[in-house]
Amino acid sequence: MSAHEQYADDLVLYALDALRGEERARLDEHLATCPACRLELEQLRGDTALLALSATGPRPPQRARQRLLDAVAREPRLPSVAKASPRRSWWGALGWAAAAAVAIFALSLWRENAALKAELRQDLLAWRASASQQELELGQARDVVATLTASDAMRVTLVSAKTPPQPQGKAFYLRNRSSLVFLANNMPPLPPQKAYELWLIPTTGAPIPAGLFKPDERGSASVVNPPLPAGAEAKAFAITVENEAGSPAPTTPILMMGTGE
Amino acid sequence: MRDFAYFFKKEIERLSSPQPQGISADLALVTGLKSGDQGAMAVLYDRYSSLLYAVALRVLGDTGAAEDVLQEVFLQLWRKPTAFDAARGSLGSWLSVITRNRAIDSLRKRRPETDIEDVILSVSPDLTGNVERASAAEKVRGVMGTMAPAQRTALEMAYWEGMSHSEIADKTGEPLGTVKTRIRAGLIALRRAFQG
Repeated sequence: MSAHEQYADDLVLYALDALRGEERARLDEHLATCPACRLELEQLRGDTALLALSATGPRPPQRARQRLLDAVAREPRLPSVAKASPRRSWWGALGWAAAAAVAIFALSLWRENAALKAELRQDLLAWRASASQQELELGQARDVVATLTASDAMRVTLVSAKTPPQPQGKAFYLRNRSSLVFLANNMPPLPPQKAYELWLIPTTGAPIPAGLFKPDERGSASVVNPPLPAGAEAKAFAITVENEAGSPAPTTPILMMGTGE
Repeated sequence: MRDFAYFFKKEIERLSSPQPQGISADLALVTGLKSGDQGAMAVLYDRYSSLLYAVALRVLGDTGAAEDVLQEVFLQLWRKPTAFDAARGSLGSWLSVITRNRAIDSLRKRRPETDIEDVILSVSPDLTGNVERASAAEKVRGVMGTMAPAQRTALEMAYWEGMSHSEIADKTGEPLGTVKTRIRAGLIALRRAFQG
C-alpha cells in the first residue's frame, strides 16, 4: 500500500501545517477516503517531529513549572470519559455487537462529515442548518467510542464460572467502509519494545497490518479505524507480537485468531 | 484451552528481555493523567518541558510567548489525555509536533487550526530519556548538515517559520515546484537516517 504520488508534495506541506486554502480542502477530501495517504501523512508528521530535536536553548524558567501545576490543580479531572453506565453489560454478546455497530456507524458519520463539509462550503446557510446535527452526531460518536476505548471504563466479560480469564479480542469490521473497531481484554503484558499487531487475513493474499496496540495495566486495549486498503475482504483476524514499530508481515507465530461469527 | 494459554505464556516469556521501558513509562503516566494524577503531570513536565520550550522559543524568539505555549500544550494534555494515541508515536514526538504547531499559530497570530486529537503520527524514536534524545538530536543535526544549503533553508523556513511553499518561493525566488520538492526530499532524508 503506497500513497498517491500526485499528493506526495502536498502531504509534506500538510504535515508541516503549511498547506492552505483550496489545496488543503482538496487534500482533506482525498484523505477522508485514502488510508494509504493517511498513513503517509502520519509518517511525515513523525518525520517533522525529528526536526524539533534540532532546537537547543535554555530550560524554561522555574516559575513555569509552578504555574502549570497551579493551573492543573485548579482544573480537577472532569469525569467525562467515565460516563459509561456500569449497569450496562457492554461486553455481553448482545451489548458488544450493538455497541460496536453504533460505534462503526457513528465513525462512518464522522468520515462522511469531512467530505460533506467540503460540499456544503458552497452554501453557508445549508451548512449552518446541518452543522448542529453533525456536531450532535459527532458528539454521540465520540461518546460511544470513548466508552468503548476508555482505559477507566468498567469492562466485564461473562464466562462460565469455572473458566479462568482468557485473553480475548473482538473485531468489528465493515468492509464497505474499511472501518474496523477492535477491543481486547485479559491480554498479557508485553515485553519491552514489543507491541501486539492485529492482522486482517484476507480471503486471498498476505495478512494486512491492521494496527498496533499495547494493553493497559488491566490487559485491555483497543484499535479504532486503522489505515486499511479499501474493500479488503476479511477471512479472519489474527494477533502476533512484533517490535513496537510494527511489521509489514507477521514475524512471530499467531497468538490469537478468529473468523467471522 | 490450557495448551493455548501455556503456549501464549511461553511465547511472551520468549520475547521478554531486560530493556529500558521509557515509552511504557510514558504510557503509565498518561494513564495517570486520565485518572487525574497531578503528580504524573509533574513528571511529564520535568521530562519534556526543556525540549518543548526549546521548540517554542526557536519559533517565537520570545521567552514569555514560548512559556505561554508550553503552558497551553501541557494543559491541553491534562484536559484531553485520551487524545494521545499510544499505538502511534512516542509522547515526546507527539507533544513536539503540537508545540511547534501552536507556536506557529501564535507567531502568525491565528487561532489554533488543528485539534490535538487530529494530530496522529507514526511510531518515532524513543525520546523519553536524555541520552536517547541527545543521540537522536545529534543524528538530526548531522543530516541537516549534509543537506544542500537551499534545501536546508527551505525546510527550516517551512518548519520553524511556518511559511507556506508559495511564501518560501516568493522569498527565495525559486519555482513553487522546486520548493515543494526540496522540502519533501529533506524530510525523507531525515526519515531514512532513522530507518537505517
